Amino acid sequence: MLSFILRRLLIIIPMALLVVTLTWVLIRIAPGNFYSSEKKLPPAIEENIKKKYGLDKPWYQQYGLMIYNVVRLDFGDSLKYQGQSVNEIIWRHLPYSATIGLLAYVLALVFGLTFGIIAALKQNSLWDYGSMALAMLGLSVPNFVLGPILVLGFALGIYWFPPARWGTVANLVLPVITLSAIYAAYIARLTRAGMLEVMRSDYIRTARAKGLDEKTVLLKHALRGGIIPVVSFTGPALAALLAGTVVVERVFAIPGLGNIFIQSVLNRDEPLTLGIVAFLSILIMVFNLIVDISYGFLDPRIRYD
Amino acid sequence: MDENVTPIKGTSLWRDAWKRLLKNRLAVFGLVMLTFIALFVIFGPLVLYWTTGITADEIPANGDLIKSFPPSRLHWMGTDEAGRDLFARVLQGGRISLMVGIISTIVSLVVGVSYGAIAGFLGGRIDNVMMRIVDMIYAIPYILIVIVLLSVFGGQNTPAWIKYLSETIGGSGNQGLSQIFLLFFALGLVSWLTMARVVRGQVLSLKNQEFVMAARATGVSTFGIIFRHLVPNTLGPVIVYATLTVPSVMLTEAFLSYLGLGVQAPFASWGSLAADGVKNIAIFPWQLLFPGLTMALTLFSLNFLGDGLRDALDPQTRKF
Repeated sequence: MLSFILRRLLIIIPMALLVVTLTWVLIRIAPGNFYSSEKKLPPAIEENIKKKYGLDKPWYQQYGLMIYNVVRLDFGDSLKYQGQSVNEIIWRHLPYSATIGLLAYVLALVFGLTFGIIAALKQNSLWDYGSMALAMLGLSVPNFVLGPILVLGFALGIYWFPPARWGTVANLVLPVITLSAIYAAYIARLTRAGMLEVMRSDYIRTARAKGLDEKTVLLKHALRGGIIPVVSFTGPALAALLAGTVVVERVFAIPGLGNIFIQSVLNRDEPLTLGIVAFLSILIMVFNLIVDISYGFLDPRIRYD
Repeated sequence: MDENVTPIKGTSLWRDAWKRLLKNRLAVFGLVMLTFIALFVIFGPLVLYWTTGITADEIPANGDLIKSFPPSRLHWMGTDEAGRDLFARVLQGGRISLMVGIISTIVSLVVGVSYGAIAGFLGGRIDNVMMRIVDMIYAIPYILIVIVLLSVFGGQNTPAWIKYLSETIGGSGNQGLSQIFLLFFALGLVSWLTMARVVRGQVLSLKNQEFVMAARATGVSTFGIIFRHLVPNTLGPVIVYATLTVPSVMLTEAFLSYLGLGVQAPFASWGSLAADGVKNIAIFPWQLLFPGLTMALTLFSLNFLGDGLRDALDPQTRKF
């Protein structure tokens, strides 16, 4: 078990470096750069800029420097936000995204699991059809439509919640609901499918044969196996949620990381883009590792080698 | 001889699947709804052409410049910021939104199926390297790839065949239209990864069966075995997954348009119309509601159809 974790942790380093390398190549392939605009710069000035940012060196030196920075986890200064380091920017904007992301995930889990379990237990009943139709609706309404509709109803129609910005708990309600809708829908569908499959398996029949009451069978035996698909979905979903979701940040004017990332790509702010990509890829891989470890607790039949 | 004996009719896999699909009421609802929307989007603009733009009697007499009118008998969905009939815009936008769904999915099908089938069939180290590459691309934010593809191949650098395609399908050599077609391909090129995994898994389980050995014994080339014998056998899961790719690329296109990276005026898609509507949500809510709900209805139907197809084509994994 320990060697499994160690091995997986070690693999993260080369994987992250490869992801960063691919990203770097992608950024360099794209024409244009951070200093060019509509107006053509005089060649002397362009040369000076290149010299200042080390762009006059051969590509392998630039690449080496970039990798060196990534390994030290110090990505240097942003090219667009003068005098601010990439790490500073990431840590400044992460808390906003992380707060709404985590809350949205908790909300999605509560609703998704509840509806999924109800649908599975009362299969082919009105409850089942109702929850699955609701889940399908969650998958089908784009969040940039859902968000403004919620604002229209709850912020501009009845004045329950503020329509945007950061501050009090009330500010969090609408963005968290908007963000969680699609995840709740996914989780409900995964839970239903997982539970239905598990309910037919042998160990549930054994549990029933032992004379356990239905509640114990469901909550102690079936649920653990049934939510394995949900757990697999958790890793990538949580990473995506923590990194921020651009649409919700834009609709509700929240200064999260997602918007910063999009802007950095559009601005050709290479250090910032690379920093966020490296941060995200490490996050995804760590979450996936945690998910893989938790399988063992959920299903004792799973072994690590 | 007893005349009541009827010869036993063999049923094919596809006929069976079709029957099961027709029994699923939600899937039938999705299919009917989609057909309806597609017909409207294809033929609607031909009929409704005249409603585009405002008519003289609706121009405000006091000379103010607000052109957004609420839904009325003349403009069923109201008008947009520039005074264009929103119903006509939604139908026009639907053409591009549906084309995104179809063309991007075809691109992702072609790339994903061939990549997955080749990796799965060749196996060993090649398979390992090919699938690690897929893992790696998964970890790069797709939006970065789309932006790079659009900027590398945009403007003057658009490949000639994309221009040709946009002229053939779109009917004009418009520069903007060929950029939209470029977007279709870029979206297809970022959504083939899961398809490749699905196909690889299928091929892995098929490649050691007798019919592959028989093909090899009769001297069929590797290429022939992969594309003539293996790929047709993966069709079930591929079709199921493709119907789920369609709504997902449509959502991605809408998201990109919302960010201002996708379809731009004078062209429209449901995503770009909804994005325009978001700006005026407080004063002219219909500008968001109609395109947004049309898109939601389409995605709703597609998802139901996709679920129904999965149950119909793949009875074993059917979730009861």
